Order: sequence, then C-alpha cells, then structure tokens
Amino acid sequence: MFAAASLTEVFTSIGEGFEADNPGVEITFNFASSSALAGQITSGAPVDVFASADAATMSRLTDAGGTTGAPMTFARNELVIVVGAGNPRKITSIRDLADPDLIVVLAAPQVPAGRYAAQILEQAGVTVTPKSLEADVKAVLTKVTSGEADAGIVYATDVRAAGDEAVGIAIPEAANVVATYPVAIVEGAPNPAGASAFLAYLTGPKGQATLASFGFGRP
Amino acid sequence: MSSRTTRDRLPLAVMGLAALAVGFFALPLLGLLWRAPWSSAWDVVTDPITRAALWLSISCSLWSTAASVLFGVPLAWVLARVEFPGRGVVRALCTLSMVVPPVVGGVALFAALGRRGLLGQYLDLWFGLRLPFSTAGVVVAQTFVAMPFLVITVEGALRQQDRRLEEAARTLGATSWYAFRRVTLPSIRPALIAGTVLAWARALGEFGATITFAGNFPGRTQTLPLAAYLALETDPDDAIVLSLLLISTSFVVLVGLRDRWLGAAASGTGRSVAER
Amino acid sequence: MVGGGRLGHRTIGCGAVSDALEIEAQVRLGGLDLAVELRVAADETVALLGPNGSGKTTLLRAVAGLQPLDAGSIRLDGVTLDAPATHTLVPAERRPVGVVFQDYLLFPHLSARENVAFGLRARKVGRREAGERADRWLERVGLGTVGALRAGQLSGGQQQRVALARALATEPRLLLLDEPLAALDVGTRAEVRRELRRHLDGHDGPRILVTHDPLDAYALADRVVVLERGNVTHRGTLTEITAHPRSDYVGRLVGTNLLDGVLEGTVLRLSGGGVLVVPNGEAVDGPCLATVAPSAIALHRDAPTGSPRNAWSATVAELDRFGDRVRVRLDGPVPLAAEVTAAAAAELDIRSGDTVWASVKATEVKVYPA
Repeated sequence: MFAAASLTEVFTSIGEGFEADNPGVEITFNFASSSALAGQITSGAPVDVFASADAATMSRLTDAGGTTGAPMTFARNELVIVVGAGNPRKITSIRDLADPDLIVVLAAPQVPAGRYAAQILEQAGVTVTPKSLEADVKAVLTKVTSGEADAGIVYATDVRAAGDEAVGIAIPEAANVVATYPVAIVEGAPNPAGASAFLAYLTGPKGQATLASFGFGRP
Repeated sequence: MSSRTTRDRLPLAVMGLAALAVGFFALPLLGLLWRAPWSSAWDVVTDPITRAALWLSISCSLWSTAASVLFGVPLAWVLARVEFPGRGVVRALCTLSMVVPPVVGGVALFAALGRRGLLGQYLDLWFGLRLPFSTAGVVVAQTFVAMPFLVITVEGALRQQDRRLEEAARTLGATSWYAFRRVTLPSIRPALIAGTVLAWARALGEFGATITFAGNFPGRTQTLPLAAYLALETDPDDAIVLSLLLISTSFVVLVGLRDRWLGAAASGTGRSVAER
Repeated sequence: MVGGGRLGHRTIGCGAVSDALEIEAQVRLGGLDLAVELRVAADETVALLGPNGSGKTTLLRAVAGLQPLDAGSIRLDGVTLDAPATHTLVPAERRPVGVVFQDYLLFPHLSARENVAFGLRARKVGRREAGERADRWLERVGLGTVGALRAGQLSGGQQQRVALARALATEPRLLLLDEPLAALDVGTRAEVRRELRRHLDGHDGPRILVTHDPLDAYALADRVVVLERGNVTHRGTLTEITAHPRSDYVGRLVGTNLLDGVLEGTVLRLSGGGVLVVPNGEAVDGPCLATVAPSAIALHRDAPTGSPRNAWSATVAELDRFGDRVRVRLDGPVPLAAEVTAAAAAELDIRSGDTVWASVKATEVKVYPA
C-alpha cells in the first residue's frame, strides 16, 4: 500500500481499523511524496493500492497504464495559512504574506502542495517572495512550528496534526484550492481482492469517519 | 614478464570479489547513463536554474571544504597530540555528524543556529545574522557533515607520524609553529589531501542537512542534489540529467586530483596541490 | 689504578674553568630513574656507552631540550639551560645545540640541500643565503653533488653525512650524536667513522656521542662514560675501563681489547710496537683497528709450543675479579686484558708482577679498517 506522505497518520489509523475488521489481513504502508511513489510503481514496485495527494500525479500513472480501473476520490483537503502558536505576526489573510519582512516558506512547485499554494497566491493576486521552497509539505510545517519561518501554506490536516504548535488561518473558499485524494488499485496488484476490500472500507462509513476526525473533507 | 607472473599469482577469489565490487558501483552509473534522456539533456544542463544550482554546489562545497581544513586540521592535531581528560568524548562529539542522519543534523543545526536556536537567537539579535535560508547556511550545513571526514583522516595520519621529526626540527631552531608548518603538515600531505577530497566530495553531495537547515531556493540555497531531488517529483528524466551532472563534476575533480597528486608523489617532486 | 682518579668525584674547582658543559641530571621516565653527573670540556668528545634502556638517549634529549629535567641542572658556557629549582628551561629551539639523531630523521619531503638549510631558514636566514651555506656544508661533508636529492634517494652513508651537515650548519656550540653509525653497514661505517672523527675534532665546543659500540667509542671519543640503569658506572678512557670492568655489561661488551696499527698482508704492526698475525680478512693494507676478546687470550706459565702463532711474554699488571671470572691486565709489547675463569687463575697462581706467556689464535683477531 503506497500512500502520500500527508496521509501518514490517517492511513495508519484506518489501516488498524481495517485489520481489526479483517483478521488475517496485514497492511504494509509506504508513505512518501505522491510523485516519488508513482515513480516507484512505474519502475515495477509490487503494490496493491496507491493513494495520491493530487489528481495530476494519479492521472499520469493511469495514463501510463499503471492502475486497474478508474481512480476514485476518497477525500478532500483544503489549504490554510499556517503560523506559529499564538500567531505572533498577527496574520489574517493571504495579503499579509506579501510583507517583505515576513519569512514565508512554501512547498516546492514540484510537489502538489506547492502547486496549490502558487495557484492560491496567483488567484489572490499576491506576490510573495518565499525564503524556501520545501521538498514536502511537512517540511513547511516544521519550519513554521520551529519558529524559523513566520508563515507557510499547508493542508488543513497538517495544522490539525500539529496540535498546539501551529495555528491555521482559513483561506476564503473563493480564493482557495481544494486538494482531492484519488485512490486506485495498481495494475498487476499481488492481492487484488484485499485491495478492493480496503477501497470499500476507505470509502465506507468507518473510513470516512476516521478521515473526518483527521480534518479531511468528504469527497 | 614479471608483472605477468605476479598477476597470475593473485588469488582468484579476491579478484572475483573485487570485480563484483566494481560492478556494484559501475552498474548504477551505467543504469543512469542508459536511462538518461540524451535528447533533452542539453536543455536541462543549460537551464539557468540548473546552472545556478551547479555554481552554488561548486562554490558552497569549496567554501565548506576550506572551512573544514581551517578548523579541522587544528582539531585533528589537538585530538592526536594533546592529552586531556574526555578526549574520547570530544572526538566522538566531533564525528557525530557522520553517523547522525543528515536530516537530523539539519534539525540539530536549527536548534543551535536557527532564529530561535541556542546561539542563533543571539546571532540574530546582536548581528542580525540569520543562517537558515541563506547561502551561508548551506556552507554551515555542508561543513557540519563534511568536516569529520577530514578530521578522522588527518588525525590518523598525525598519530602515525614520527613525532621525532618535529623534535629534530626544534633542535634546529624551529619554533613549534614553524615545525608544524614546515615539517608536520608536509609529512601528512597525502592524508591531508585525501581528507580534503573526502570532505569536498561529501559536501558536494550533501542533501539532508542542507535542505533541512538552509531550505531550498533556486540561486540561493538550491544546490544540485536538491535540484535533482525535486526534479524527481515531477520529471525523473531531468533528475537523471542533474544527477549525471553532479557525478561528472565530482568525477572530473577526483580523477584529475588523484592523478596530479599521485604523479607528483611518484616523480618525487611533490609540491602540495594547495601550493599551486 | 690508571682510571681510579677519574672514577671518583671531581672537585668543582678543578672542573669549572675548563668544562664548557656541566650536567647534573635527574629524570624519572617510565621505569627509568636517571641520575647523572657529567662534565664535558670544550675540546673533547665524550662517548656515552651503555645497554638499551640505560638512559643514554634520555640524557641526550635532556641536554637537547627535548626532555625537561626533574631535578638538577644543565649549564653550557655558564648559561643555565635547564634548572627546575629556579624554573629555568630554555626551549630546544633556543639552545645552541646540534643533534645528529639515530636514523638521522632527515625530513623526507625536503631535498638534502633543504634539509641542511632547514635550521638556517628556521633562524630567519634568507632563502638564498641559507641555500648557499647549505651547499658549502654539503661540500664540506663530501656531498657536493646530491643536494637536489630527497632523503629517500640517498644511501645510508650519504644520509648520515646530510644529518651531520644539517646539525653543523647552524654552527652550534654543543654537538650531540645519537648512535650516528649504528644504521650503516660495515663497509660504509669505517669510512664515515673516519670522516666523523675529522668533523668532531674540528668542532669548537663539547661533543657527546651516544653509542653501544665500543669500537665507535674508541675511535671517536676522548673519554667514555658508561651508563647503566640510569647511573654512571664507569668513567675514563676505554682502555682504562676495559682494564677495570665493574659490571657484567662492561665485562662482556666493553671488555673487548681494542688495538690500532698498520696492516701489511696478514701482519698487523701495532702502534705500541708489537706485532699480531691476523687472518686474511676483508681489511686492506693500511691503518686498521683490531679487536680481541679477552676470553680468547690464553695464559701460560711457559712458552706455548702448539698452534697459536701469536704468543708473547708479558708482565701481569693487575688482576680484577668479577663474578667467577678474573680479568688480567698485561703489560708488554701487546698491551691487553685477558679473561680467565677463577679456577684457571688459581691453577696458574698468577700474581701481579708475574711474567706469563699469552697467546691468541690468528682467527680470534678481528680487523677493521681504521
């Protein structure tokens, strides 16, 4: 089971639930950036299920014939501005990120969170000079929670996972981009039956409840 | 004739294992070459962002190598020559970054030199100096992981060195500093060069500590390894080209330096590379 | 009792004027407990002879400034170099001392010329002048043509000469040599030894030579001091010490009779007037040194009639008993010491003043070119 890094906590939890419901089945996860995982699948990694953090990566894999059947969306995640505990720089909107004294870090445009952030800033017409374009969204969060950066743009679920260390500032729906999470069975899956069962669990009530508890939106 | 008989006597098992080792290193490189998109390679190499990353890689690795030599040689000397309580602990401390995962090293650098770090908060407060997200931060991160390679190599050489040579120098009127410069350093020259090359190679390939501590921004902190890693996210072909660029850069330097150094040693006219 | 006067303590008044180097050294180092009193005049070479671990090299290092004293003092021309009591310690680089080390310790990364110039450069002599002076020193030790070669490219004898030139180039007052000939093969040794003697004699200042080879001590030094376990056990000329061995070490090692003369075929004409028949060896005609082990000399009451071709009548000058052996010093055409068992001495009933016959087989005489 290959899943995007942003799904680490929630999929670990869902996996436990699934294993409890299906005794004898054991799930092995590999969490990494969606594109890295897609690359490994293309190179022939023996995988049953692939859950991506963005549709683009999934469609590239599907186009290359890497999946069985059409992928389905199982969750949504919106993007938020993340700031340190207590919001010391009093940031309230996207526009505040343009302040040249503010240290802003974003995810690199090569990863989905970076693409979404760039999209949001462009839609809002705000020019931000980030100090760093991090390799993944967790690194953006770490830079903010450690105090090295003043603000960043991450998924709502990341802020929730950070607990007290970070505060999320919502971006108005009109200006926001919503990430959709597609999941698919990989072509040549060693255990297609188990894969189908997991997909059913994931999109079923138990899976959706767990996703919601981690801050994900319904598809 | 004689070389032929020696070759015949070499144990086959050793030769076989050595050949396997060569294959182990050569095959991945061949794989990259095989996979490389040669048609688009030139476009990737001439891309301004690539050129910036290459330049940053070379300049930062040279700076961190210089810093490693400047601080590492005295450190190696102290570890090899000065007996003090807790020397083992100090040595372990100074080579810790070799065993710590580089990303963890980057986090540790944050804790020390970051904006909220142990020392970093004062650097910011007093000098307005902020290392994270800066090119200087890249040099710091690279030095952090690269210097132990030089320290260990040079310390080993200093320990093996005949200390009586320094004593001979002193009876000839040399101060300890003069003896260090004119006798100690030249006599450990091979190890010094080897350590410097190791440190440089490590700095050039540094990824984890750099991206964690200095972040990733083209032209400022994005070195070739970072560019290659990020290219992997969207365009694996570009990543291969960038990797080959990194490999060929280090290959050219390592091969060139080694021949120069070995050639100089063999002809007996060895002037140190640093002197040239 | 030839050496007796020198074995005792010398009075300060007698030595203070002429002794350029005054050592009263106490060093504890590992298992060694060194306590040595030694004075060396400006015009003499003293050989420090002793077994391994006796403290010879440690004493030399203390004088060179590489090993601080624990107690005592070292003074050169009245200037204190080391005196723990007054917290005086002149560092090695500021002592007017030249050292020729065991294995020479030439700097491997420098040419012969740069090695010799090293001390001058360290003392801030300009590159050019230092080079010229180094060249002159190399010529003086007979190495005018090898200046550009590295230490590793020189033969053992050449290395030794470079080491000597390097030590002399800074024109030190005191010259210290640690086993300067030990690393050389027998052939080179005689030649280098002869040259070394010339340089030592030409040096203006005290010289100390550490060696474990009595032949070197005999050929190079005016006086010998024997060190054992950190203490001086014998002082005097080698002949004096040989005649009065007071320890097993000296009995065995220094006990060898040393003779010098001129070789003509198989006949060695001794400088003292006697003649010895020697085997056909590697030595060529001309000045030679010969050694005869005391135990190889047989003593008889009557003239021997058998095979030994070397037999002569001699007067017993002295008898010394050590352990179960007796050392018999003989005067006569061939002055030397014989060593016999106590039982044999008793049987022969030898007493001082007696006339005996001494004989030695030609094959027991070892001849070296001088």
